[in-house]
Amino acid sequence: MKIAITSDGEDLSSKTDRSFGRAKWFILVDTETDAFEAHSNEQNVNAAQGAGIQAAQNVANLGAEALLTGNVGPNAFRTLSAASIGIFIVKEDMTVEQALSEWKEGKLQETGESTIEGHWA
Amino acid sequence: MKIAIASGKGGTGKTTIATNLALTLANTGKTIQILDCDVEEPNCHIFLKPEIESSSPVTVLIPKVIEEKCTGCGICAEVCEYSAIAVIKGKVLIFPELCHSCGACKLFCPEDAFIEVPRELGIVEKGKTNGIRFVHGLLNIGELMSPAVISGVKKVAGESEILILDSPPGTSCPVIEAVKDAEFVLLVTEPTPFGLNDLELAVGMVRELNIPFAVAINRSDVGNEDVKEYCKREKIEIVLEIPDDRRIAEAYSRGEMVIHALPEYQKTFESCWTRITDLHENALQAGQHVKAATES
Repeated sequence: MKIAITSDGEDLSSKTDRSFGRAKWFILVDTETDAFEAHSNEQNVNAAQGAGIQAAQNVANLGAEALLTGNVGPNAFRTLSAASIGIFIVKEDMTVEQALSEWKEGKLQETGESTIEGHWA
Repeated sequence: MKIAIASGKGGTGKTTIATNLALTLANTGKTIQILDCDVEEPNCHIFLKPEIESSSPVTVLIPKVIEEKCTGCGICAEVCEYSAIAVIKGKVLIFPELCHSCGACKLFCPEDAFIEVPRELGIVEKGKTNGIRFVHGLLNIGELMSPAVISGVKKVAGESEILILDSPPGTSCPVIEAVKDAEFVLLVTEPTPFGLNDLELAVGMVRELNIPFAVAINRSDVGNEDVKEYCKREKIEIVLEIPDDRRIAEAYSRGEMVIHALPEYQKTFESCWTRITDLHENALQAGQHVKAATES
């Protein structure tokens, strides 16, 4: 299966990005082969509104079935849930590689709700 | 004459000036209407204490999908400039609070699968106080689209000799909505670095809109001279200066009008108005803002 991890940079040694909607990159990993590709999220970093919704749509279109990130807001959560994408919360200061291995070991908590309020609130 | 009281920086004294100017002019026998367009945090009513006579909802149209017609093609999400629609696994998700009611989703849907339904954003209340006709808007908590409610306030307003709009602070969409068809804008500031910075932004805005304007300096004896030097350099008239008077702050804290607590200020507001009408007249003769003047 494919999983998406929010990242500060383009490779597995990059730090994970705490934000989802305005993350710099999504690292898409194929868990069977460990092959990965980096997808820029630049279009949403400076979006006026709706960054979480757009990012969720993009992640869904990439075929991800799980997302590893720091936080998700209510609109991102609703969109990701509609796409049946599991959301796993990574702790601070983790690299993409560390987050990936923690997820594989079942150490990351799946969230059943948004973890932060909408940014307009 | 339609005059907007605006400011780049919040908390400079827009409402104090708008309400006291309204009451001063009403006391001289003019027909006055005051519109509180700061719909996220209206506060003119605290000072004017109007008797509210009517209340009406402000609604906007938002899309609703007819699921039997929808094929999940995703065009609606693509054309939505505001990310208010997502299409996931062929299913349309609508985020009403992000919708700007532009209608693009309905217009571009190849299956004609959208209808538009009203959604309430806030209310507009109308009343009277001391011979002043009063209108204000209240945006519902959690809502974003204050321009729609501001527009609702302006629609409810009737005709009057003088119409005073108390604008929201800043220079973004809600402010533009409040001031865009004003014939004159009074920019309220304070003599501090923040006050000057935000005044410069507000001046840029009214110049872009090509509306004649002047500056009022509140708490004019604190801070520094930079605002005055800026105005001099930019040839902007300062039509009102209110000193940092503890008695004004005390009256404000009790929800009292300045001209009630300190009647000598009636003269200050009267002469401010005379200068504004002169400047407005000069601007009209110079041909500035002919468009808005003829539209209104």
